[in-house]
Amino acid sequence: MKENILIIGGGAAGMEAATQLKKLGLTPIIIEKSDALGGHIAQWDRLFPAFHPAKDVVAPMLESVKGIDVLLNTEVNDIQCDADGFKAVLTNGKTIDAKAVVLATGFDLFKAERKQEYGYGIYNNVITSLELEKFFRTGKDERINNPKKIGFVHCVGARDVKVGNTYCSKVCCTTALKQACEMKEVFPNAEVYTFYMDLRMFGPGYEDLYLKTQRDFDVKCIRGRVCEVSENMDGRLVIKAEDTLFGKPLKMTLDLLVLMCSMEKNKSIDKIQQQLGVANNSDGFMQNRDMYLGMNGTAKDGVFVAGTCTAPKSLPDTIAEARSVAVEVFNYINNK
Amino acid sequence: MDFGFCLSPSSHVQMDKIDLATFNRLKETNPDINTCIACGSCTATCTAGNFTEMSFRRILLMLQRGKEDEAKKMIQRCMLCGKCTLVCPRGINIRKILLDITR
Ligand code: SF4
Ligand code: SF4
Ligand code: SF4
Repeated sequence: MKENILIIGGGAAGMEAATQLKKLGLTPIIIEKSDALGGHIAQWDRLFPAFHPAKDVVAPMLESVKGIDVLLNTEVNDIQCDADGFKAVLTNGKTIDAKAVVLATGFDLFKAERKQEYGYGIYNNVITSLELEKFFRTGKDERINNPKKIGFVHCVGARDVKVGNTYCSKVCCTTALKQACEMKEVFPNAEVYTFYMDLRMFGPGYEDLYLKTQRDFDVKCIRGRVCEVSENMDGRLVIKAEDTLFGKPLKMTLDLLVLMCSMEKNKSIDKIQQQLGVANNSDGFMQNRDMYLGMNGTAKDGVFVAGTCTAPKSLPDTIAEARSVAVEVFNYINNK
Repeated sequence: MDFGFCLSPSSHVQMDKIDLATFNRLKETNPDINTCIACGSCTATCTAGNFTEMSFRRILLMLQRGKEDEAKKMIQRCMLCGKCTLVCPRGINIRKILLDITR
């Protein structure tokens, strides 16, 4: 009998989970709300810590989901559960029966305009980390005109009760240093500064990236959180922060400011999540059973989670969770 | 006989000897006083800090390092405008703590 597994989300987590589930003999079906597979990572140019092209990871993932049922531009409208499993009604009017559901719905990028004092959407030369990544990929962004002085702001929308997000978004420190180095590659004569509270270089090779940032790229890391951004008469940006290691407030004029936006749970899935009986944790992400042995489980039997829907994660973390969720689902189906 | 030598006083913060009474008193009514992550936002945005040494971040440290007199002197620069409270990412009620210190 065909054992359908409904996978909601066609990003890294959803694709990898589907690939593994298929290898295990089950029948994954991917529902993706946008018009393409790949999720956020498909919009990325290169990956930390070693500047690996993102497409070298995304392309094989896309290749291995070939032959798996994928429904693009589709969302789940309604989902019901009975003794037989799940019945999902899709936005295209179709109904899918499934034995288990994998939520791989990922994250939304923090909307930078919510942090008004940083001036995104007000000043022309304030951009987000995602927009900078697009610039690296396409070479095009009207706001980036041979900048002489560039600043990066860490923790935008993270570690900040004022926006309601007290968690650390985990990957933005490393991304900031990666992008800072890349800016030096594109604009070797520019001065590049990053403003951090703590540099969280938590993974293998990340500290090497930090060292490279200092030694090979001459990026200056200043320990202080930017508190205000304004524009001067020449249309350049003026930022204020405290250089906490020097113990003095500091002002600096910049041509470009890059905001390292945090991850927030993708909220477009809230209704379905509620119907499935999966709660949020205190950070507003999905609550898994526990963060150790139950990382892929939820309070509801047959409903599983993988990737950044439960917390901010790096790509390797996400792939690892997607693989482990496949095993969990396989065991669940076989022990029923 | 005087050889021209003398003992310099230690420049260490003597953590074994410092008096934390004021800090501990503050902590009772302002438990968030322990949650500062030293980001410097309060100092950078401080109205008084533009012209003086005023820094709430450093005041907190002074109180925890036995430099209460220095802290109280610095507080005199504060205009109680409350900008620091607006920017603190830990949501510390800085203006209230500043008032409580002088009480
Ligand atoms: S990873 Fe770094 S930049 Fe991102 S929220 Fe954590 S401390 Fe801030
Ligand atoms: S209340 Fe005092 S410490 Fe806070 S910003 Fe105003 S002057 Fe500075
Ligand atoms: S803004 Fe808040 S967390 Fe940052 S240094 Fe000041 S008191 Fe500490």
